Amino acid sequence: MPATDHKPRLGVWKFASCDGCQLSLLDCEDELLRVADAVEIAYFPEATRSHIRGTYDLSLVEGSITTAHDAERIQEVRRRSRTLVTIGACATAGGIQALRNFADIDDFLTAVYAHPEYIETLSTSTPISDHVAVDFELRGCPISKTQLLEVVSAFLRGRRPVTPAHSVCLDCKLKGNVCVTVAHGTPCLGPVTHSGCDALCPSYNRGCYGCYGPKENPNAAALSERLDQLGMNPSERLRFYRTFNAWADPFREESERHES
Amino acid sequence: MDDHGVSSVITLDGLQCLLDALARRGYQVVGPRVRDQAIVYDELARVEDLPVGWTDEQDGGHYRLKQRGDHALFGYAVGPHSWKRFLHPPRVGLWQATVVNEDRLHFEPVRDDAPRYAFVGVRACELAAIAIQDRVLMDDNHADPHYRSRREQAFLVALNCSEAGGTCFCDSMNTGPDVKTGYDLVLTELLEEESHGFLIQAGSDEGADILSELPGTPATGAHHRAAREVVERTRSNMGRSMPQTAIPALLMDNLEHPRWDDVAERCLSCANCTMVCPTCFCTTVEDTSDLEGVTAESSRRWDSCFNADFSYIHGGSVRNSTRSRYRQWMTHKLATWVDQFGTSGCVGCGRCITWCPVGIDITEEVRAIQGDSSQGEQT
Repeated sequence: MPATDHKPRLGVWKFASCDGCQLSLLDCEDELLRVADAVEIAYFPEATRSHIRGTYDLSLVEGSITTAHDAERIQEVRRRSRTLVTIGACATAGGIQALRNFADIDDFLTAVYAHPEYIETLSTSTPISDHVAVDFELRGCPISKTQLLEVVSAFLRGRRPVTPAHSVCLDCKLKGNVCVTVAHGTPCLGPVTHSGCDALCPSYNRGCYGCYGPKENPNAAALSERLDQLGMNPSERLRFYRTFNAWADPFREESERHES
Repeated sequence: MDDHGVSSVITLDGLQCLLDALARRGYQVVGPRVRDQAIVYDELARVEDLPVGWTDEQDGGHYRLKQRGDHALFGYAVGPHSWKRFLHPPRVGLWQATVVNEDRLHFEPVRDDAPRYAFVGVRACELAAIAIQDRVLMDDNHADPHYRSRREQAFLVALNCSEAGGTCFCDSMNTGPDVKTGYDLVLTELLEEESHGFLIQAGSDEGADILSELPGTPATGAHHRAAREVVERTRSNMGRSMPQTAIPALLMDNLEHPRWDDVAERCLSCANCTMVCPTCFCTTVEDTSDLEGVTAESSRRWDSCFNADFSYIHGGSVRNSTRSRYRQWMTHKLATWVDQFGTSGCVGCGRCITWCPVGIDITEEVRAIQGDSSQGEQT
């Protein structure tokens, strides 16, 4: 295939995850053909049947590490990848399945499975960066397709992607949203959450759920005091921080402060 | 009030005629409206679009709309929006570059078709804020073309405040609540048991032209007295006040004050204060390229000194801690702004207090540093 030889080879890899972030790539629809023109999609189980072969210029990694097998497989992916980018909260922070990290895995196994002896799993769900060097982490549960296209475009030109690490609040203000916490008394994680969703929930008068994980320099302890004033009790506050990015350090530490 | 010798009293019908006259002249009329349980600035066509009978309850990190029990059209203080979002928009496209003949780049500015805005209900503090942004963004040598094109075409219908908010402190910043200068027309709402109208005065030739088209009656001494009473009542109801001291020296002499650590404990570094501030003007430039590597775009968006990227230079960010970011913001706003632009950067509108999710109060922070400093001098 000489025509495609010089195109960068793209691999999309799946670990423990719901596939939602990979689907963001397929959701690109209008832009998907342009992506296929710009790169050779060499491995993408969600969309193609090709096999792992050779090396990849850009690997997009979805999902967290929850099994010994995956802990080995990510090493193989890293070895074959020139640039490795994690996509989504699972790959970047351990995902919702990192809730297991706060409890005893055996308790879950016996509660969920009729035959837990068939399950081989690690006691933790951990982000890719705990296992291999990661070149760039794209946030979100799920990721934004606009940001994914930006990351791929940036990679193709060797520039830094425009995915700012400021708060969701700043995006609300750019859009002219009325603050749901100040004007409605609605608990919102926006002040500690990383930009990327274009302030989706507050734009519909809902509080932010923190899908994009902690922003740079977050002050979750100060926000918790405010959540307390808004009537959230400690267990509600714990659960507020303990969702898709529960294992991201600032959210994990803050949720642990509210353990009784 | 430096009126152009013209003043009259108009009814609500007269106010509708004003909105119509502005629209007829090609202005996009923008004013206060109720949306999502707050009073925001948006397009306005009818007097009934205004927040009739609404007021707001404001405190640190707290804003609620309340019914007033009357039919006042402007019976509230400023909300989350300022005119900044129209004159200095959150995002502006700058230029686009396209690859031509595989090796040449063709640069083209992004067309910026600035609308002609007419702002209705511009408070004295907001006129002061616009005057500050004029100094920053329309300086002869460094004018920002996007701001200038919007600003030079804008028509300002100012308003003498009839209601002070819980976080207002314009009186102590000498910016309000009475409108003094910088408007085309100025309104004072005169709401009494038996009558509801506006004293309207012109502040520019175009304002006088429009005023002459409106159905009204000549204003009497009694009307002017009533208008002064409205403003004086507002002045006596300020929710906050800035300490009357030499603030620049106070802050610059206390750069290592323990209060900066204290506020850093509470501050979310979320940037809300800078976004709602009507004078904060900082932006960043974002450069992107498309998948094909054929087109690149450069655009500008509001940014904040509360973000790490904002002070990112070779080697990292200059201000990594919340302490350093809050101190930078407050010392610039209240102290070094004076060195740079000749006035304080604060107009006392209170937005940074109300819209801070944790209610940090800039007047209280000054007071804390002042209190400790004077105590320090005594011991």
